[in-house]
Amino acid sequence: MNEQHHDQSPPPQRMRVSLFVTCLADLFRPSVAFASIKLLEQAGCEVMVPLQQTCCGQPAYNSGDYEATVPLAQQVIALLETADYVVVPSGSCAGMICHHYPKLLQGEWRDRALKLAAKTFELTVFLKDIARIEPQRNNPPSTLSVTYHDSCAGLREMSIKEQPRQLLRELCGIEINELEQSEVCCGFGGTFCAKMPEISGKMVNDKLDHALATGAKILAGGDLGCLLNIAGRAQRLGQEIEVRHIAELLSGDMDTSPIGEGR
Amino acid sequence: MEQHSDTFLDNASEALKNTGQAERRDKIALFASQIRTAAIDSFEGFDDLRHHVKKIRQHSLDNLDYYLSQFEKEAVHNGNQVHFARDSEEFNSLVLDICQQHDARRIAKGKSIVTEETGLNSFLQSAGLNVMETDLGEYIIQQAGETPSHIVSPALHKSANEIRELFQQKHDLGHRELQKTSDLVAEARNVLREHFLQAEVGVIGANALIAENGYSMLVTNEGNGDLCANLPKVLIICTTIDRVLPRAEDATAMSRLLARSATGQPHSCYTSFYSGPRREGEIDGPLETHFVLLDNERSNILSSDYREILECIRCGACLNHCPIYTSVGGHAYGSAYSGPIGSVLTPLLTSLEQSHLLPNACTSCGRCAEVCPANIPLPDLLRDLRHEEGIKKLSAPRWRYGLKLHSWLARHPSIYQTLTATSIRILHRLGRKRGGFSRLPFTSGWTSQRDFPAPQENTFMQLYKAKMKQNNER
Repeated sequence: MNEQHHDQSPPPQRMRVSLFVTCLADLFRPSVAFASIKLLEQAGCEVMVPLQQTCCGQPAYNSGDYEATVPLAQQVIALLETADYVVVPSGSCAGMICHHYPKLLQGEWRDRALKLAAKTFELTVFLKDIARIEPQRNNPPSTLSVTYHDSCAGLREMSIKEQPRQLLRELCGIEINELEQSEVCCGFGGTFCAKMPEISGKMVNDKLDHALATGAKILAGGDLGCLLNIAGRAQRLGQEIEVRHIAELLSGDMDTSPIGEGR
Repeated sequence: MEQHSDTFLDNASEALKNTGQAERRDKIALFASQIRTAAIDSFEGFDDLRHHVKKIRQHSLDNLDYYLSQFEKEAVHNGNQVHFARDSEEFNSLVLDICQQHDARRIAKGKSIVTEETGLNSFLQSAGLNVMETDLGEYIIQQAGETPSHIVSPALHKSANEIRELFQQKHDLGHRELQKTSDLVAEARNVLREHFLQAEVGVIGANALIAENGYSMLVTNEGNGDLCANLPKVLIICTTIDRVLPRAEDATAMSRLLARSATGQPHSCYTSFYSGPRREGEIDGPLETHFVLLDNERSNILSSDYREILECIRCGACLNHCPIYTSVGGHAYGSAYSGPIGSVLTPLLTSLEQSHLLPNACTSCGRCAEVCPANIPLPDLLRDLRHEEGIKKLSAPRWRYGLKLHSWLARHPSIYQTLTATSIRILHRLGRKRGGFSRLPFTSGWTSQRDFPAPQENTFMQLYKAKMKQNNER
């Protein structure tokens, strides 16, 4: 489904991109959205931010409240469907739009959901495979030791695996210091982490242990839900590992405090 | 089925406290996933085969009445007796009747998760029969008075040391110490061999029923199924109605998926086909054979939105790859079926009221669906069960109303953005110094395990709108 426009190298005209910020970036970490805009512009895109956006509806949907999700999904579709491309700095929100809206909706709305799905991309996939951002050197310095958490929805629904690694190599000169069992869930799972805290706590602890075992200074990832979870656990245990969104690293933004660190 | 799924959270909490067991579970999970990956990587046609088998399973279930009738006709033609049981009670009674018709006192039993579902052992025992499990794992947990913690490896939760202690307690060992693992296996084998020879009735399960010839197929790694089937005078094969496949080659195609997914083997050590009782001139085999086929809600599942769950081939891969199963172990689920398959099946076989926590034991990470050889969309089915949970108002009201409120706000962008702008500013001011909160109202689940990271100073929408305004004024 996400194969279109592959033959544009480089794209002949500026690609017009609508950014779906995601509610977690909007509320907790605007720096992720600003970094995304910077990267998209570096890739030669014209970026718009539809102002009426809120949330893609995952909390209600994953809890099984389909009735509450349908109108929200329709609202997102109506807001974004006029865009040439929609880019989302989160694998799970992109997965929600690309895979779950078409499952949830029926009839005309399903067709509209499928059309939107065909032009919606997660940020690193868009930068690498669609906009084909030119290798260039942003900060941070390539000597940084970085490990990477593959968020489940990004990995399994949106096939995000190599793109963030390639981008870190091409834009920052960074080779990922891989953590063990990188494809196992960190225990976030939306409301799961609050409904079943003890199990979630065990899972995030394992993830943090694996990240710390790499000796990396920074843990990066593409989904703020996972990152808030891991950062919060590190904070609780007083472990010093910086947790940052991949967009921040790629754009060279090292001035913003890592997630969960005061200033 | 005796069930304790309503206390899943307490069971899980208990399981997590035993850190030694939790560590063992982590190691086993890693090993199980590595051997599966190795087996599938070295077998090129896995994906094609899984699509092929999926089509066959769908076709069989679409025409279940036809293939069941065909199976029954062929099996009877081969000299078997075929019985259908609507529920666990009927099932257990049918098996007991057969045993009593033959004045049987001793039963040798192969592994059958279906009989765990119906509680057959305790039913037969309370009628005075001596039931001996002969699969090593099942034998161990029977000696320990426990239930299976895994649908393929029932004694997965037991370490070699625990098994040694168990045998020291239960067996008359004299001076033998059973130091090596092979000593333990030999000890069980000796005890079981005697029982195989004495049992009047053998009870085994089936991985598939084959409609075209009326045979059943069983895969095992110990060969105990064949001894149960061939040494006693009477054989009873217990399974469920959804196991039927049209042709023998369909069953073998399925078994190629099964062994790789379950234990990383290209084939199980034993793949056996049972045709019926001993025929004239044959020197061994049972004199009488029965099939007892359980429905227990499966007909209802077939006509529901959850029918894909009947395509499960019981390999256990979803358990081995579920981070929740591997964190808390199988007993926490309080059901014969644990892990993702159990979290779907248990509410459907019993009631959502008793087991609505199980579909919530899921982060939607999708690993189960990724490894499922039957391509069952387990996360979708679990979410659909959560949908039903909401409709039946079984979930906690604070969650139901909280999420409704969130959705309502998200549908009203100007209210949402005003409200979030203010709240985020306050949260930032309170948390900026430390970077987060160790406690915060309404977040006790979150903060019991981790800090709540403080947000940046303003929402993106606020900052972005201010920037737009600035640009316009310029």
